[in-house]
Amino acid sequence: MSEPEQTPGRQLLQGNEAVVHGALAAGCRFFAGYPITPASEIAEHLSVLLPAVDGTFIQMEDEIASIGAVIGASLAGVKAMTATSGPGFSLMQENLGFACVAEVPCVIVNVMRGGPSTGLPTSPAQGDVQMARWGTHGDHPIVVLAVSSVLDSFSITVKAFNISEKYRVPVILLSDEVVAHTREAVRLPGRDEVKVMDRIRPSMPPDWYRPYEGDNRGVPPMAAFGDGYRHHVTGLIHDEHGYPTQNRKEIEGFHERMAGKIRRGFADIQMTRGFHTRDAEVLVIAYGSVARSALRAVEEARRQGMRAGLLQLITLFPFPRATVTPLLKQCRAVLVPEMNMGQISREVQRVNQCDCRVVKHNRVDGEFITPMEITRVLLKL
Amino acid sequence: MKQQDGWERYEIRFSGSGGQGLITAAVVFAEAVGVYDGRYVCQTQSYGPEARGGKSKAEVVVSDHPIDYPKALELDLLLAMNQAACDAYFYDLKKNGILVVDSTLVEQFPTSRVIAIPFTGIARDEIGRVLVANMVALGAIGLLSGQVNLDNLEKALLARVPKGTEEMNRDALRRGIEEAGKIDLDQLPRSVMNEDEEEYP
Repeated sequence: MSEPEQTPGRQLLQGNEAVVHGALAAGCRFFAGYPITPASEIAEHLSVLLPAVDGTFIQMEDEIASIGAVIGASLAGVKAMTATSGPGFSLMQENLGFACVAEVPCVIVNVMRGGPSTGLPTSPAQGDVQMARWGTHGDHPIVVLAVSSVLDSFSITVKAFNISEKYRVPVILLSDEVVAHTREAVRLPGRDEVKVMDRIRPSMPPDWYRPYEGDNRGVPPMAAFGDGYRHHVTGLIHDEHGYPTQNRKEIEGFHERMAGKIRRGFADIQMTRGFHTRDAEVLVIAYGSVARSALRAVEEARRQGMRAGLLQLITLFPFPRATVTPLLKQCRAVLVPEMNMGQISREVQRVNQCDCRVVKHNRVDGEFITPMEITRVLLKL
Repeated sequence: MKQQDGWERYEIRFSGSGGQGLITAAVVFAEAVGVYDGRYVCQTQSYGPEARGGKSKAEVVVSDHPIDYPKALELDLLLAMNQAACDAYFYDLKKNGILVVDSTLVEQFPTSRVIAIPFTGIARDEIGRVLVANMVALGAIGLLSGQVNLDNLEKALLARVPKGTEEMNRDALRRGIEEAGKIDLDQLPRSVMNEDEEEYP
């Protein structure tokens, strides 16, 4: 046993608390939300920490208003986020579409619990993966990230804000009950170790400003309300000036730019982590808390002589096909364990261009997937 | 299964009913091990929708290596603060694991490899508040597990508890350590299983 000493800089934090510290480190200064298990700790801690850095915390009347306030704050030039769970995330979908079409940077944390509806408030699940991508209607660009540990909850939250600011796109951060409530002793990176990105603001004279004219990346510079740049924000499909349009060319150009700005950023946005993938013959693809069970299962399979590997997805959408497809070509089988009926396994199957066998392992009984059950299936592949 | 590099974990489950302070005890333990001792630790819990009275369990996994799966797989130590928890979780113990029960509330022991200490009784009669039974238990577990520096455990405890209750909590912790110190682990049967069961599984 070690001598009594305080290890400097180490803290015992829950995943939800680490999200809070990540948001603050990324420069988030506005939170509007409505409490819900298992996401409440995020609001609870921000209600104390945001005012201390001259930020704003508002408990709203519901989730619809929460995301409305977040969009308003972001348009006023402040980095903003909200946090909720499945039922609240459902309510946010309409305004989320507005944020996508008006290209308002914001981060929405969804700490997943068992669903649908009120579901299982205190149990983990991963049932909101496809909703995070397609919950709001119409073709829209969006980024979905998943965290698996306390340290992830810090660093991926920072990344979520950075991507959101860089591409002017809402970013959905998916956590789950296990990650959110697990406490781990961590040393959070200091201020100078965190890379923070801010939205590009217009530098031209106000008369020249075209608020929805993309730069060479397809991302328009963003003026904050009050900066002196007049601009119009609408949910209707709009031209470069921000006014509604029915012009076919402008409508198509708008959609192309929206999809293109994310497509051009694929290499930057798509994040994965590989464990033993180099010589893998059988692969596990997992994300969120389940990636932790999967890592242990892969280690055990290796111990038993199987060349197993794990690909942990951090970015779920846009689906990281640049990493997944080559690995599918390399492996004879891939196992996708999820705490849902198979929401990412269908994405894996979609990018499967060879005869790699895609096997699902699904658990929807409110319990966390164990390493043993993954190993059991893995060893049969 | 033989434990190999990166696999050594020590797993503790604190179990009982909601309101007994089991999650708090687990958090203090995790803080002492993770923040003060500087080892890897994962602390998790599961509970029902009710705040009090329902089943409650909290777990701590300790290792000298990064921890992948954050929950307990096979318990090294089980604290059962009521009969229902003792019955429900006993089978999650390793054969050579340690069962610690609150003998004020648990009357029937599923094994003779058991350490029975009246945590609630000590808290009520000696410290004066039933409330700190969890801290008496924490002290005992701190010693019996051998996983935490006891000075650090006390420091972590005092940093967590509300102002004005430090002395009561410290007394409770120390009483638990003292009570556990009277136990000779070598005198216990080697396995939690009945010897016949072990021979003919």
